[in-house]
Amino acid sequence: MKICVLIKQVPDKDSPLSISDNNLSISESNITWVANESDSYALEEALQIKEKQSGEVVVCTLGKESAQQIMKDALAKGADRGILLSDPAFENLDILSTAKAIANAIREEKFDLILSGLQSDDQGNSQLGLLLAELLDMSHASMGMGTEMTGDSGIKVKRELESGWFQWTELTLPASISIQSGINSPRYATLKGIMMVKKKTVDELNAEAVGGDSINSKVQLKNLYIPEKSKETTFIDGSPDEISDKLVDIFKNEIKVLN
Amino acid sequence: MKILVFVQQEEGKINPVSIEAIAGAQQIASQCGGSLSALTFNASAAEAVTSYKVEEVLLTEDTALDTYSPLHFVKALQNIMEAESIDLLVLGHTYEARDWVPRLSARLDIPFISDSVGFKSKNGLTLVRSIYQGKFNADVAVPEGKSIVSFQSGAFRADSIESGSSSVKKVPVELSDVSDNIRPGEKFQEAEQSVDLSQAEVIVSIGRGIGKEENLQIVKDLSGALGGELASSRPVVDAGWLESYRQVGSSGQSVTPKLYLALGISGAIQHVVGMKGSKNIVVINKDANAPIFEIADYGIVGDILEIIPKLTEKIQSA
Ligand SMILES: Cc1cc2nc3c(=O)[nH]c(=O)nc-3n(C[C@H](O)[C@H](O)[C@H](O)COP(=O)(O)OP(=O)(O)OC[C@H]3O[C@@H](n4cnc5c(N)ncnc54)[C@H](O)[C@@H]3O)c2cc1C
Ligand SMILES: Nc1ncnc2c1ncn2[C@@H]1O[C@H](COP(=O)(O)O)[C@@H](O)[C@H]1O
Repeated sequence: MKICVLIKQVPDKDSPLSISDNNLSISESNITWVANESDSYALEEALQIKEKQSGEVVVCTLGKESAQQIMKDALAKGADRGILLSDPAFENLDILSTAKAIANAIREEKFDLILSGLQSDDQGNSQLGLLLAELLDMSHASMGMGTEMTGDSGIKVKRELESGWFQWTELTLPASISIQSGINSPRYATLKGIMMVKKKTVDELNAEAVGGDSINSKVQLKNLYIPEKSKETTFIDGSPDEISDKLVDIFKNEIKVLN
Repeated sequence: MKILVFVQQEEGKINPVSIEAIAGAQQIASQCGGSLSALTFNASAAEAVTSYKVEEVLLTEDTALDTYSPLHFVKALQNIMEAESIDLLVLGHTYEARDWVPRLSARLDIPFISDSVGFKSKNGLTLVRSIYQGKFNADVAVPEGKSIVSFQSGAFRADSIESGSSSVKKVPVELSDVSDNIRPGEKFQEAEQSVDLSQAEVIVSIGRGIGKEENLQIVKDLSGALGGELASSRPVVDAGWLESYRQVGSSGQSVTPKLYLALGISGAIQHVVGMKGSKNIVVINKDANAPIFEIADYGIVGDILEIIPKLTEKIQSA
């Protein structure tokens, strides 16, 4: 089983984020980069499938040079090699163009499975794995909350639907599946795993190598800003002691949930 | 500009997010100039849509489209968009749309602006997307060519929809050559939910800000003191710290208590859709810029680990 896992580098949840002066990008000083949350679950799912079936897990990202770190983290957890697409020309690619670049980079690898996160925590397109399915002529399923191989040529995916509903979908390989968080418990890298990283490779590809000239973003970013508040909020401040007193008063006399 | 709105239905029952999408598409058509048609795969849904203001309702009937099947949906829309020369396709951002519309986008080489929260009509159509989990908004446009747009639940009000009267036009599609590489099964629900949070008066809800499992006890104590139900955001359930039936949000329960106490929750849209209807929302978060404050009635910028035990103590002695 040859599996590709797509991992995107995104700001850590606790990183302070601000908008740059041009109102078109996020200021990148003070950001700690991590792998997108659902992508970590996708990687774990791939490693578990490999452990059952044998094969190879290749991690792939399109991003800045700094994305080497999330590649290394994935290799330390057990991925076999990496592919990093990096080029200044890739900045501000829309998601369809990103998909085309990645499709060109991995087409010849003929993966049996592509696993991705269901949604990036920064852009939140919820598209990439499914765009790749079409571009590489694979079957697909989104929001995977469980997988089960069915012989050599198929896989069953338990898909999450709205409000607590699920559905099993059967796919013929090759397949691209987007993974929802919570599907498994992602492992930590072991010391041995970290030692192994040196022996593994990350291939770097630039725009030219993936047909960059023919890839043009059709979506244009016009402006970035902080959303306006829709509600009037009463802010309560003070020490924890004072705040608690005020809250008890509000619970009793305003909201009336305490006697 | 020729606009088509896709109306999602199940056994003839129209998805509420599709009704909002029709309202949104009507506003785009009137403000940006364009003619609007609707498309659905079910005759009684089509009949229902004729009472809204659209030029015509396209109806495509085929047994392969009766229940959701991604490859059939993509092929049908591919045919119809080409035959009708559609410039803009509008949909509600449902889980179903998430599953097949990206594939249509790649097939037609038309960009898909997903999960938009609104639009602006100055200098052509601009879509507003909420990014970085609600922390920022982005205005984006497709200066040239066609586009596909989906709108988040709540982006438009269903009651702002304009009524009218139109007729149904049947449009056939050829689906016999669609591959069967994707075979969706029956929908099912997991074990019975053992707590019906929708009936709770008071909900004490925690997020990733609780830090570690050991800290859960202080929240249980607070919830006990308030006589409320414990609930949480998704990461707390993903970590295995609380049962999945306590999750509030798009993939969990929807709640409307008298008091929703949101503790260490950032306010991602998938959480907010499940609780924004609460009568009173009280937020404690250490980050003053957390999007959850946008919907707070009462807000406290502070550390939940310090405030929760104090608050419990005060409630107990009150
Ligand atoms: C298809 C889909 C469906 C989803 N369904 C759901 C769903 O049903 N329900 C759901 O909740 N999510 C859902 N999610 C996930 C959602 O997008 C968010 O990732 C999630 O809601 C974030 O949870 P959180 O706010 O607890 O965590 P975070 O976003 O990490 O926020 C933690 C917050 O805690 C604050 N904090 C940290 N420490 C402290 C402290 N000591 N004191 C005070 N504050 C502190 C931080 O400032 C931060 O704001 C879904 C996502 C997708 C893509
Ligand atoms: N630049 C990227 N490099 C690698 N993987 C990506 C990239 N962008 C998105 N992905 C993958 O696609 C998933 C969905 O992203 P998105 O379509 O942006 O919501 C993510 O969870 C990742 O697995």
